[in-house]
Amino acid sequence: MRTTAETTPTADAPETGTGVWLHGVTADVDPATLSGITGMDAAPVRPVRAAGLTAVVSAAPLAEYGEAALRRNLEDLAWLERAARTHHTVVDALSRAGAVVPARLATVHRDDDRVARVLTERRDEFSATLARLTGREEWGVKGYVVPGAPPRTAEAAGAGGGAGAAYLRRRRAQLTAREEGQRIAADAAVAVHTALAGYAVAARRHAPQDRRLSGAATAMVLNGAYLIDRNGLAGFSALVGALADRHPELRLELTGPWPPYSFVAEPSAEPAHPVREPA
Amino acid sequence: MAVTSLAPSSADDPLAYRPVALVDLLDRVLGTGVVISGDITLAIADIDLVRISLRALVASVGALAPPDLPDVTPGSSVAVEP
Repeated sequence: MRTTAETTPTADAPETGTGVWLHGVTADVDPATLSGITGMDAAPVRPVRAAGLTAVVSAAPLAEYGEAALRRNLEDLAWLERAARTHHTVVDALSRAGAVVPARLATVHRDDDRVARVLTERRDEFSATLARLTGREEWGVKGYVVPGAPPRTAEAAGAGGGAGAAYLRRRRAQLTAREEGQRIAADAAVAVHTALAGYAVAARRHAPQDRRLSGAATAMVLNGAYLIDRNGLAGFSALVGALADRHPELRLELTGPWPPYSFVAEPSAEPAHPVREPA
Repeated sequence: MAVTSLAPSSADDPLAYRPVALVDLLDRVLGTGVVISGDITLAIADIDLVRISLRALVASVGALAPPDLPDVTPGSSVAVEP
């Protein structure tokens, strides 16, 4: 959607008009796929075509999706969840229909022409990424510490010194066991990730999730993402099961299939820890 | 396992499904995804803003559901949990 001259913002003008929310980039998209889904604020999703590529977008009123509004809204959990789920629903539908390069949340352009220009300028990069993602999907494997798995550090009980000293000894033993447990879990996470990455086309580790967010009972030590050939899913799933058996000190959780969010970062971004270069 | 907007919950119980967890989704839609410099939202790719958002999220979730997982307290016997 194009903004009109009167809504083109100047430096400090309040944001009016409508921008274009980018969901993702595909080679092409079947109109039937788009007609079955809605974009931001239930707006229709539509294609913007250029350079042999198709960007899938929806209207984003700048009063809600302009820069200032986004700064405010991204702090609002309910807004953030709604936006993330809406965006994900579109990307997920595209991903099930074919390869897609998902856009990061809140990628808003001024108008269709700007979107088309991005497609043209980055055509080679998008095309290469789409080729790499074709026939593949992302799976997540999270690993949580299993309490009590490591052996306790033995220490003589009642070694004298009174209640205070006994408390300090006990506390020291607790801390030692805790550090030992974390070290063992961290080592297991590396082993599990290495094994999964060896099977996957590409792999990366996200930062472990905060327990206040995940609601998990124990600490997360592995938050891995793995790009898997669709026909290799059974083998991957079996490998996760085998690794869970081999590492009782970790509880593994498999999530997916995800659109390949974790495998489209631009080269200049933070390294994605690719383990094996995609074929 | 092609279940729309659902995900297998666990390797232990691959037949159990549940909706996509928001925290897993945010790892992906905020932390990754292609960074395309939108005309308006250059700042959205800015790591500081993402951090602020996640901090707000932690605060919001914490307010809704205070952690009921006691950390190690003096005299308790189990100390493995971080």
